[in-house]
Amino acid sequence: MGARILYKEELAPKVMKFIIESPTIARQTKPGQFLILRVHKDGERIPLSIPATDPEKGTVMLVSQEVGKTTAMLNDLEVGDEIYDVVGPLGRPTHIEKFGTTLAIGGGVGIAPLYPIVKELKKAGNYVVSILGGRSKEFVIMENEMRSVSDKVFICTDDGSYGEKGFVSHVLQHLLKDGREFDFCITIGPPIMMKVICDITRPYGIKTYVSLNTIMVDGTGMCGACRVSVGDKTKFVCVDGPEFDGHQVNFDEMMKRLAMYRKQEELAYKAYLEKRKEMSRH
Amino acid sequence: MMAEQQKGKKEKKEKIPRQPMPQRPLEERRTTFKEVPLGYSPEQAILEASRCIMCTKPKCVEGCPVEIDIPGFIQLIKEGKFIEAARKIKEQNSLPAICGRVCPQEDQCEKTCVLGIKGEPVAIGRLERFVADYEREHSAVTKPEIPPPTGKKVAIVGSGPAGLTCAGELAKMGHQVTIFEALHLPGGVLVYGIPEFRLPKDIVAAEIDYLKSMGVEVKTNHVIGLTFTVDELFDMGYDAVFIGIGAGLPRFLNIPGENLCGIFSANEFLTRVNLMKAYEFPRSDTPAFIGNKVAVLGAGNTAMDAARTSIRLGAREVHIVYRRTRKEAPARIEELERGEEEGVIFNWLMAPVRFIGDERGWVKAMECIRMELGEPDESGRRRPVPIKGSEFIMEVDMVIHAIGTNANRLLFQKAPDIKLNKWGYIDADPETGATSKPGVYAGGDIVTGSATVILAMGAGKKSARAIHEYIMNKK
Repeated sequence: MGARILYKEELAPKVMKFIIESPTIARQTKPGQFLILRVHKDGERIPLSIPATDPEKGTVMLVSQEVGKTTAMLNDLEVGDEIYDVVGPLGRPTHIEKFGTTLAIGGGVGIAPLYPIVKELKKAGNYVVSILGGRSKEFVIMENEMRSVSDKVFICTDDGSYGEKGFVSHVLQHLLKDGREFDFCITIGPPIMMKVICDITRPYGIKTYVSLNTIMVDGTGMCGACRVSVGDKTKFVCVDGPEFDGHQVNFDEMMKRLAMYRKQEELAYKAYLEKRKEMSRH
Repeated sequence: MMAEQQKGKKEKKEKIPRQPMPQRPLEERRTTFKEVPLGYSPEQAILEASRCIMCTKPKCVEGCPVEIDIPGFIQLIKEGKFIEAARKIKEQNSLPAICGRVCPQEDQCEKTCVLGIKGEPVAIGRLERFVADYEREHSAVTKPEIPPPTGKKVAIVGSGPAGLTCAGELAKMGHQVTIFEALHLPGGVLVYGIPEFRLPKDIVAAEIDYLKSMGVEVKTNHVIGLTFTVDELFDMGYDAVFIGIGAGLPRFLNIPGENLCGIFSANEFLTRVNLMKAYEFPRSDTPAFIGNKVAVLGAGNTAMDAARTSIRLGAREVHIVYRRTRKEAPARIEELERGEEEGVIFNWLMAPVRFIGDERGWVKAMECIRMELGEPDESGRRRPVPIKGSEFIMEVDMVIHAIGTNANRLLFQKAPDIKLNKWGYIDADPETGATSKPGVYAGGDIVTGSATVILAMGAGKKSARAIHEYIMNKK
């Protein structure tokens, strides 16, 4: 089941936003879920979160950051092209309730999947404080969308080109030192960022949820490539997650597992970049 | 007694030995994913068929889960009528090219063959494979007669052996059948699990094309339970649903270190290689990791598939580690032998107790313990008991778990009215596949736990009959 690309926009360098036609996924997706796609017949299956859907129009939004061959090939697709196949929605939806004052911390493209969750949390009556971070100004994506569903928004960049200079963790530390109290925290971003946030919230006893993006093959529980240690249990991100209590997640192990195919990934990506250069010459 | 005497008489006349299966040369096997057994020639097939003594009460048929008319098709081979023989099998079994390759005949039809009492049984599986291949290679596959449409719609969940068989049977009765498959290719375990060198994928594709020619619709990339729930399938107008989703979740040992890099489930390793074609990386996009010294845990067919795949990907040493002995190993004898020929090293009466990692988080060794066999357990096999103080370290840089699977509950989260048994599999009527939910039937591994292709097919066939009854009598 392919999906036609209806709209494409560059959100930041190497970060593309797509609107694709996929009526069933548009109708069935709940915040927190993801899909798996392949870009061609011999393509790899990669998981991608679903930042927004329009059930009436039958469309699904995707945000793709180029990090390897498959995402590069995806980002090279244009409006009118078809994504070879798309399956979903996968994973468990986010558990939404009124926690009280809720922190939503997003880093880089992690802001995209955070948005639909925050939207629901806000709808459920939470007071939402969002912290958005990126390497530089252009990487703070979907700011307007996040502002529309947050009560308060803090922005920071690594280079200080926008908002406060520093990491989201610094902003969080300031807020906590100022005596701000939070009942719940959800954070999505690079693994190291989520790990640091969890380390900060732990002593404060703030329940912190993270959404994990591990290596997957089938995405339906069949292979176990995505397994992580949560507390003393092994969990499958695809069917038990993708969200977990961040204070229980073994991030160090997860980061090592994410690097398992780094060599092959670099090889494939390099070959594709060569091919891309070749193509642009013609 | 009578039958035996009769057989004894005839056997004296028979001097023809059981025809050996021509195989790809060993040297070539270690580096290619091409099929190992090459199949009989027509002459060999006729010779082998002539060994059959045509029992009046054929025991072999009793040993076949789908009751193929075995003497019937063997007689046709004797007469050189290979295509007719294939069609004779297809009256009972729609996937003969697959069953001829992966059925454990030694535990079924060939086990009960009377020739086997004193000598070697007729090579029924090899003959089945021969005629199915002959029919396909001579483009003689024709669409069976399909009765006029009944106007009834059936949804099949899962496109493995159970689902494919159920779909084929229902299509033959004139029902409109749609198969929903979660992955991007249909075939289930036949495409993601069983390697190319044991079951070439174009054979599976040909069988699926055959179903499509009968009007069966195949929808890939549909995960029932998420893309649609079972109730939504009824809302969409399906009159009945058959669940044949297999036994999905890979089991791990739950011992320390199991999530180190370099430790896999057989499902993951085999899916990467078979379904995603990792052996062609980087031409295909999905990589697979291969170690120098690989330990495969378990000794079933999946373990042998993983071990033999590891050899083909270039592992220097491949070990099977099993807590019982060769006698208890669940793999087919043929698979154990082929693995042994290809260089698989067997470690019996041994089990890992923990995995040891290096500073980068990769497995570098496992601590194992020696076992001895104690009293038989509920499965009838002697229970392995650890020998105290026998722990030792085995250096490995890759570990593959092939110790079985648990039920995947994904579908049931949104279908609580389908009753499960205490192991999490579907509680279904063994004769009909009927579940606790009206109009929902189930068969294959999701009912029995990990079993064989042919048993799943048998279940799919029984359910098809029951579904037919149900939808034709409904209102």
